[in-house]
Amino acid sequence: MIIIVNGENLDIEKSLNINELLIVAKAEQPEYVTVQKNGEFIQRDDFDKIFVEEGDEIEFLYFMGGGNYEVDK
Amino acid sequence: MKLTNEQLERYSRHIILEQVGGKGQKKILDSKVLIIGTGGLGSPATMYLAAAGVGTIGLVDYDIVDLSNLQRQIIHQTSDLNKPKIESGKETINAINPDVTVKTYNELVNSKNIADIIKDADYDFIIDGTDNFPAKFLINDACVLLKKPFSHAGIIRFQGQTMTYVPDKSPCYRCVFSEMPPKDAVPTCRQAGVLGVMGGVIGTLQATEALKYILGVGELLTGFLLTYDALSMNFRKIKIKRNSKCAICGENPKITELVDYEQPACSFRK
Repeated sequence: MIIIVNGENLDIEKSLNINELLIVAKAEQPEYVTVQKNGEFIQRDDFDKIFVEEGDEIEFLYFMGGGNYEVDK
Repeated sequence: MKLTNEQLERYSRHIILEQVGGKGQKKILDSKVLIIGTGGLGSPATMYLAAAGVGTIGLVDYDIVDLSNLQRQIIHQTSDLNKPKIESGKETINAINPDVTVKTYNELVNSKNIADIIKDADYDFIIDGTDNFPAKFLINDACVLLKKPFSHAGIIRFQGQTMTYVPDKSPCYRCVFSEMPPKDAVPTCRQAGVLGVMGGVIGTLQATEALKYILGVGELLTGFLLTYDALSMNFRKIKIKRNSKCAICGENPKITELVDYEQPACSFRK
């Protein structure tokens, strides 16, 4: 079935929960990604319980900082 | 106050715009924008806002200009090495446009000083040009509590993102990112690198949002996270909703005063 992850079609063999999808869709830093399914935020505690279905639109939102920050400063 | 002949000429390409005009240009000249971080994002944002005639620009930074900054932090030049960034930034603003009053804060923002800095000139709009998550969360929380609009942004490698917060109207940064990541979990540009122009693209978008907010024109990036991937040249505007469980702007906010955030311990050392 086809789902849409960050704007691109992804063909998956069976319905996956969010944790499984994070691996299959190769999310960067899956521990810290924010996930939206069809415009709704998914709580991290629900990643095991929420499954994706045909046509679902999933967004992985990533932290982005930048610059020079030195942790010892 | 009427625009002088020199101002009419300097801002003529603004004034000719239907959405700006003389009235809009006066709004810009009367506006006050605070830019936190005079680095990759803050440099272009500051320079464009100065050129546009923003009447008061506040610069907050505690750092000095380092050789490794010059690849992207275009407000600073080779002759500015080892100078405090706010000094170098102020000189560039003055050189671009003498209409601008510059206020400088040679400080690292923290829970004790951020409200005073924002209130110092009662800034109309705040630009987050910082590079670290404790500052990004602090700026969000301060702006939510003080009801100030701000532009968030981040850049890394060939990617960037930005969103705009307007009090009571839009989701805040914490609606999207509820908890700060541990210190070494998310790479910094220092560790991962960044193409110099990323700050130019995203910082200029932040300045655009500030000007649109001041002018009251167009649609802001409120309720959207704009992401940019320079390698694929894809801009994506991702719709985001307010999060009813948000710790600061949700229905039962847990955060009611500012605290300094420490990222959980990390193993990364330089």
